[in-house]
Amino acid sequence: MRILAKGLILFVIANILFAFVYPLPFFEKLSLYNHLFPGRARLPYGDDPSRSFNLSLYDLEAMFASHRIDGAEKPVDEYRLVLIGDSQTWGYLLEPDQTLSAILNQANLQLPDGNKVKAYNLAYPVMSLTKDLLLLSKALEYEPDMIVWLVTLESFPYDKQLFPPLLQHNPQTVRQLIQNLKLKLDPQDQQLIDKPFLGRTIFGSRRDLANWVRLQILGVLWAATGIDQDIPENFIARMEDLPADDSFHELTSPLDENTLAFDILQSGVELAGDIPVLILNEPMFISQGLNSDIRYNFYYPRWAYDEYRRLLARRAEVSGWHFLDLWDAIPPTEFTNTAVHLTPHGVNVLADRLRTAIMELAGSQP
Amino acid sequence: MTLIQILVFALLSGVVGWLVPVRLKTTLLLVGSVIAIYWLQPSSSIRNLDFWLPTASFALTISTWAITQPRQSPDRRYNLAIIGATLGMILAIALTRYIDPICCLTATRPPQLPLVILAIGFIASVSLALYLLKPSNRLLAWGNIIVIIGVFIILKYEPLSTTASAGLRNLNQQDPTLANATDIAWLGFSYLAFRLIHTLRDFQTGRLPNYRLDEYLTYVLFYPALTAGPIDRSQRFIQKDLPAATAPSDRIQGVERILIGVFKKFAIADSLALISLNQAHLGQVNSTVWLWVLLYAFSLRIYFDFSGYTDIAIGIGMFAGIHLPENFSNPYLKTNITAFWNSWHITLAQWFRSYVFNPLTRSLRLSPRHLPAWSIILVAQSLTMLLIGLWHGITWSFAIWGLWHALGLFIHNRWSEWSRPRLSGAGSWSIGARAALALGGWVITFNYVVLGWVWFALPQPAQAIEAFRMLFGG
Repeated sequence: MRILAKGLILFVIANILFAFVYPLPFFEKLSLYNHLFPGRARLPYGDDPSRSFNLSLYDLEAMFASHRIDGAEKPVDEYRLVLIGDSQTWGYLLEPDQTLSAILNQANLQLPDGNKVKAYNLAYPVMSLTKDLLLLSKALEYEPDMIVWLVTLESFPYDKQLFPPLLQHNPQTVRQLIQNLKLKLDPQDQQLIDKPFLGRTIFGSRRDLANWVRLQILGVLWAATGIDQDIPENFIARMEDLPADDSFHELTSPLDENTLAFDILQSGVELAGDIPVLILNEPMFISQGLNSDIRYNFYYPRWAYDEYRRLLARRAEVSGWHFLDLWDAIPPTEFTNTAVHLTPHGVNVLADRLRTAIMELAGSQP
Repeated sequence: MTLIQILVFALLSGVVGWLVPVRLKTTLLLVGSVIAIYWLQPSSSIRNLDFWLPTASFALTISTWAITQPRQSPDRRYNLAIIGATLGMILAIALTRYIDPICCLTATRPPQLPLVILAIGFIASVSLALYLLKPSNRLLAWGNIIVIIGVFIILKYEPLSTTASAGLRNLNQQDPTLANATDIAWLGFSYLAFRLIHTLRDFQTGRLPNYRLDEYLTYVLFYPALTAGPIDRSQRFIQKDLPAATAPSDRIQGVERILIGVFKKFAIADSLALISLNQAHLGQVNSTVWLWVLLYAFSLRIYFDFSGYTDIAIGIGMFAGIHLPENFSNPYLKTNITAFWNSWHITLAQWFRSYVFNPLTRSLRLSPRHLPAWSIILVAQSLTMLLIGLWHGITWSFAIWGLWHALGLFIHNRWSEWSRPRLSGAGSWSIGARAALALGGWVITFNYVVLGWVWFALPQPAQAIEAFRMLFGG
């Protein structure tokens, strides 16, 4: 009985010490990726680890440590291109070598000074500009030479900003962004999940620890198969016939710059400093079906999207952003299960359009 | 078992071991087993099957006990009371159907009361008839063995399971075209069958002591060992003198074994499960080296999973003052395949040794044809290992897995015979030479076992052959 009591006391002490020191962020920087296994081509995300060989976790350090961008030092002749965006850029329903960054890399772009363009996929498949900003702030640690930020209207409403669990589980970092960049978001927003003291103990952190371990273990399957997503053979195609509904996030016409999170976009550009940021209004599916006179697709009523495009273009011009609007650049047949997910061919078409812009912008830099 | 279930059973055993008077211990263990068998039974798409399968486990166990126990016994009244009490508990579980706040112990709502009463009446009538009237016991024992093996074959042979599922669906007025072999997942039947056959065979050979019904039910359906063994012998398990209170060393060891088991099962095995070789991975893996990694992961996973469950069962048993037998003894560290099988799923191997290998060897030795010793070993080992393979499922892959090990055991047997006189001086060898011999034995044994898992992990022999081709660089 005494041994049990001693064991229990030691366990409690270890937990309290762990909670005070809270070594998890440091611990999660450790990774078998880029050492024992090749780095992942995109940030970890997945629902069913047994099929996707991937999992969703909230620890940014562990996520980036598993990515190939965290691998070897940046070569001197590398022109590092970082792509930020949502599931279109991440490559939902696409294999790792079919994503936008992969296609750009396959083009073997070379700048006039001989540097080779190497693209890194740092997108994450949820729509929120604050999520993009979080990833962008982290991406800056990896010495990017250019950031390509693919955006769409669904990422702009303020009510969408803090909904991704990735943000909710990183309250400190998000608060710092909100406060330092003076974002029009509440740093005390209830959606941000602060860990209580018990949650910082070993016992309370067991889920985070288990996810970190599972991410490392799944490295075996990533290395063995090159698979990081469960892509079903059949899926339900994006909605062609649409409801006769012209609402959008309880917003009303006319939209103005204060109803959409342009300040977050501006903050991202400012945060990047001298690093050029190419903002791209990403392509979307344009329906020809029922009620397509009211809506473009499942996400957007026509009025909201048209006003958004106009506002975005004007803001880009006023702020001097590098901006490209490719909203209708991809034929409707090249969208898969949603209005933003592309087929491999669709990605190639997008990459063709983007390549020119990247080369122009990169070539224009001193 | 989930962590919550493990905790509940550990607490129950703790109560039995520390707080309950000796005379009530077996009764409380029986109550725990009744609860466990219904609680742990997975749900099925066949209506009420998660109630009927545990009930059938009780019916089989009570009828086997009735066949094997003498009519005249000082405990006769007590046994009749236990029949009544057990059936009463089953009725109580069925009645939870009508008590919404506590419904249900079973995965789905229990069946209608009249149906349950009819079933309980049937079980009571058959059990009492067998116990009190005692027709030809020997014949009944054989009949019971045949029924148990018959059910076993139905459960383990996919086409028959599917047919049985379709039949049950018809009975329930459910769509038989949706029948699936996995519909009938009878919790712990494999282990139940071994324990019942063991007592029936020992009864036939006059080696079975007299047991009270509560002792026998607790032995067969002991909750920690319900899902994954070990397969104890009744003579060892049923202790007439349970300790008044669990020894302090047992409590500590119990905690230790449960914690180790939980870690093995939920931390190691479940993690390795993600990267273990399976049918899907075979078509996805892109290199020989990684296929070996997945195969080693499978090998370690199956060990940690199974031995973890055994640790948990032994730990929970210790809390109640019951010492279940060990099932694993560092099998992957053994330097020959015979030693491996003496330390892998020990109680299963012992069961087959007692009830298949030894009787068969004896019968072949006594055969008038005077077979050479090596052929007797070959035949007996092949048949035993084949049956061990088929116990996992009646498929070609499991059959080949069994024969793979039979071949290994036979080769080792011949090697031992051949090398014994030649290596008789090995004791005087240098430490290095002996270590090299042991290391060589370990490398060969471990990899032979690991390669055997290819047949086990992949459902089709053609897939296993493809895996072998890839493993060896084809």
